[in-house]
Amino acid sequence: MTPTEAPAAAALASRHLLGIAGLEAAEISLILDTAVAMKEIGGRAIKKVPTLRGRTVVNLFFEPSTRTRTSFEIAEKRLSADTLSIATATSSVTKGESLLDTVRNLEAMSPDMIVMRHASSGAPHLLARTCRSAIINAGDGMHEHPTQALLDAFTIREHKGRLAGLKIAIVGDLLHSRVLRSNVLLLNTMRAEVWACGPATLMPAGLDRFGVRATTSVEAAVEGADVVMMLRIQHERMHGHFIPSVREYFSLFGLTPERMRRAAAGAIVMHPGPMNRGVEIDSEVADGPCSVILEQVANGVAVRMAVLYLLSGRDADGALDEH
Amino acid sequence: MPLVMDGDRMSRALTRIAHEILERNRGLDEIALVGIRTRGVPLARRLARALHEINGDNVPTGALDITLYRDDLMRHPVGPQPVVRRTEIPFSIDNRKILLVDDVLYTGRTIRAALDALIDFGRPRAIQLIVLVDRGHRELPIKADYVGKNLPTSAKQSIQVRLQEIDGADEVILEESV
Repeated sequence: MTPTEAPAAAALASRHLLGIAGLEAAEISLILDTAVAMKEIGGRAIKKVPTLRGRTVVNLFFEPSTRTRTSFEIAEKRLSADTLSIATATSSVTKGESLLDTVRNLEAMSPDMIVMRHASSGAPHLLARTCRSAIINAGDGMHEHPTQALLDAFTIREHKGRLAGLKIAIVGDLLHSRVLRSNVLLLNTMRAEVWACGPATLMPAGLDRFGVRATTSVEAAVEGADVVMMLRIQHERMHGHFIPSVREYFSLFGLTPERMRRAAAGAIVMHPGPMNRGVEIDSEVADGPCSVILEQVANGVAVRMAVLYLLSGRDADGALDEH
Repeated sequence: MPLVMDGDRMSRALTRIAHEILERNRGLDEIALVGIRTRGVPLARRLARALHEINGDNVPTGALDITLYRDDLMRHPVGPQPVVRRTEIPFSIDNRKILLVDDVLYTGRTIRAALDALIDFGRPRAIQLIVLVDRGHRELPIKADYVGKNLPTSAKQSIQVRLQEIDGADEVILEESV
């Protein structure tokens, strides 16, 4: 078993997972430790346990997603939950129904949990205030993507045995990235040293107040790093001219084998996907021996199983009964 | 707090069970031990050591966590979920005789969960049950094949098994709980 840094909490304090913000180190340890046990189930001949039998989970995706939605669906099925996935293209949202109305109608069919992705920051928080179901944030706008940060932490811990004290370089589109925000919050809580690197036009103001070392030099960020995490250039969120050209971006910030040589021995390369090869990452690095990008995908299922399991034991008042 | 078993008696009981296993199974080729977490795991390892000392065979040993198979998990949807630990069965259980090991046999519900969990790993030829203490009060039709000590108890009492590997001492204590 992977060694625990902070001793794990007995339970999660909230009945929702809206973000990494508000999670204590001990709660993060609990999720990561539980995911270690969940990962083993994925290696069995029968990849299923009866734990969430009779529970209904709705996956409500208002933004396109293949990886995250599939990962949640597999996690739910491995725990024997009944699942239902709704993509907005086929739902009544296209007929003009409001978010709250859509969810109220779903709630009338009493699901136990709602996994939700939405283009607006804070949308899951709005639902959590009005819903009986437990809400899991699968990405809200440019705000948070908590299960991504948790699976990244799980993958780092599997390779490095710990998070505390590691140098972690996060490189790319910092401005539009919910993955960055969730990762920074998590890695700071777990006492890692986070460096963020990107073009000045894609760097949010006041990044250093987050407890992050901000730089525009990819060499400085990667120097001696234990983990290099590349972020996607998000064309769909770029409503202005943030970078002159893709080619220039790659020459200044792309992760090449030469740049990777500056990293610490045994460093790993991560990417939350989907990758733009030749834009933020060279194929030689993406498919190279340091890359753990596909492991991240595999670990996503285990981490999401852990979250679903840990959140499933709550009543609608969110009260924790001592017994 | 009456002491029902000290370290000496515990190790004698385990040695006796090891001899019984040999007696009933004619060779250890197709046998594997699986301990139920938490205290079944060190007990399974001790039995494997005892079997090795008696006839030199190495019996494969695994650890089973039954939390995700508990029948009370989602019945009381209030309160923290029990901690899930890793199941480690690094061998195929198909066509093997599996000796399931636990510390205390009480209602039988843990064993029911363990049987369900094991079946998800394959199709063993047979499953036998080993417990250190059988305290009675079964709620399911389950019976142990090897018992360290039969201990009639009342439902108000509780049995504490403490093991060197986990608790720093080998003893079984009968407590009058409230």
